[in-house]
Amino acid sequence: MTEEIIIAGFGGQGVLSMGKILAYSGIMQNKEVSWMPSYGPEMRGGTSNVTVIISDERISSPVLSVFDTAIILNQQSMDKFEKSVKPGGMLIYDPNGITRHPERKDINIYQIAATDKATEIGISKLFNMIVLGGFLKYKPIIQEEFMRKGLEKSLPERHHKLIPDNLKAIAIGSEIIKAYHTL
Amino acid sequence: MKELKLMKGNEAIAEAAIRYGVDGYFGYPITPQSEILEHLMAEEPYKKTGMVVLQAESEVASINMVYGGAACGKRVMTTSSSPGISLMQEGLSYIAGAELPCLVVNVVRGGPGLGTIQPSQADYFQTTKGGGHGDYRLITLAPASVQEMYDFVGLAFELAFKYRNPAMILSDGVIGQVMEKVQIGDYQPRWTDEYIKKSFPWASTGKNPNKPHIIITSLELDSSKQEQVNIRIQNKYKECQANEVRYEMINCDDAEYIFVAYGSSARICQKAIQLGREKGIKVGLLRPITLWPFPSKILGELADKVKGMLSVEMSAGQMVEDVLLATKHKIKVEHFGRFGGIIPTPQEVLHALETKIIGG
Repeated sequence: MTEEIIIAGFGGQGVLSMGKILAYSGIMQNKEVSWMPSYGPEMRGGTSNVTVIISDERISSPVLSVFDTAIILNQQSMDKFEKSVKPGGMLIYDPNGITRHPERKDINIYQIAATDKATEIGISKLFNMIVLGGFLKYKPIIQEEFMRKGLEKSLPERHHKLIPDNLKAIAIGSEIIKAYHTL
Repeated sequence: MKELKLMKGNEAIAEAAIRYGVDGYFGYPITPQSEILEHLMAEEPYKKTGMVVLQAESEVASINMVYGGAACGKRVMTTSSSPGISLMQEGLSYIAGAELPCLVVNVVRGGPGLGTIQPSQADYFQTTKGGGHGDYRLITLAPASVQEMYDFVGLAFELAFKYRNPAMILSDGVIGQVMEKVQIGDYQPRWTDEYIKKSFPWASTGKNPNKPHIIITSLELDSSKQEQVNIRIQNKYKECQANEVRYEMINCDDAEYIFVAYGSSARICQKAIQLGREKGIKVGLLRPITLWPFPSKILGELADKVKGMLSVEMSAGQMVEDVLLATKHKIKVEHFGRFGGIIPTPQEVLHALETKIIGG
């Protein structure tokens, strides 16, 4: 198993930390992982993205141009990464702020209204965990107990009391994600 | 007990410095390696191991602080990125001339000039062919993973002290910024003054009536003596070339074509190998781990077995010159690279092999 993922959105949406929690959980489940952020001028405001690879084997390139899954959280990232999904791959996006919906017919596309849901129930800081929950529903590469351990490892101890809320947000994500176009 | 952590390459350098018992770090922040100084400041090793961590006023100051610490037999280091490393070249030449050990880490970014903060490998010439003035070399290690960033701190100090010469870890923005699984070791104690006095008679360790004065200098105005210094240094380098060449071979057994690549380019080539082999192209990778001493011998041997080699570097073609020297024009050797901070894709690399070597 090798899963090559790009997560892309605005700085401040928790793109990098979502990737980090996924990577740490992968380690807990004894996988090979890599997490490669954009660190250029875009990180200082504007778009932010991270490439996460989870694999049973030694990982070759941490930098990729095509992906099994693209998780897209703003229009700029849609314009940039819709074309980077492998044929037969998966694209997950939050329709909030999207002006041009994905058009590809050779991939599976899912919508997750995580921004709206997070605002509605007052957990806007856990927006990224809702998105992660949506991803894990269709790509269950990490089991829940290892997600818990990954959260324990990646969050500072003073935030450990928030782990149940994080897991709840993941569960919400798996409920609200819906198919937009599937093969 | 080995502990597993998810770390950035830069953080691994800093963590390794603390755990290998380094005595002093002197540096000045610059992207893409500022996490090294940040991690050291956050960990406060001066409270745990007594390691000095100092943000100097400039890169020139940093390297000269390293010079001073090294003269005392201490394990000292600095880190920077390309423009900062250029500022350190005078100091590096002096340290090599004074035959002192130290570690310098270069997390390379795109140049020339201030260039870009994105990854590059365009400092190969500067690192392996001199950089500063005079006949000297840097023992150069090229990590291709976060684990190697960690491990090579220990190895670099071992080699630097064995040969009394500066060692460099030549990394780049990809390996510095990527987070991977890394096994970190236990805290090793710093060397005691007694151990340094006993082990390194060349070190300046304080006044002792039973010992001649130790003079640390790279200045020798008597040319006949300066020639002897050079001969001694060159003999040391020959020994280093005979004993310290390190490399990794991947999929080379049945290979008809070879990628030669180090650091992050070697990782990209591994993906290109997977893609190539899916298409039936028998391609392997020779990854130099030491860039100096360069693995010339094994490349010469491979040149008798394979049809062609592609040197893949994030530069306009620097290491390819050493590949050409090693393979003596027996086979086709070409360079492929992107530069200015652009990272080549595995698909581009495979396409370059197909057009420049196989079909070329």
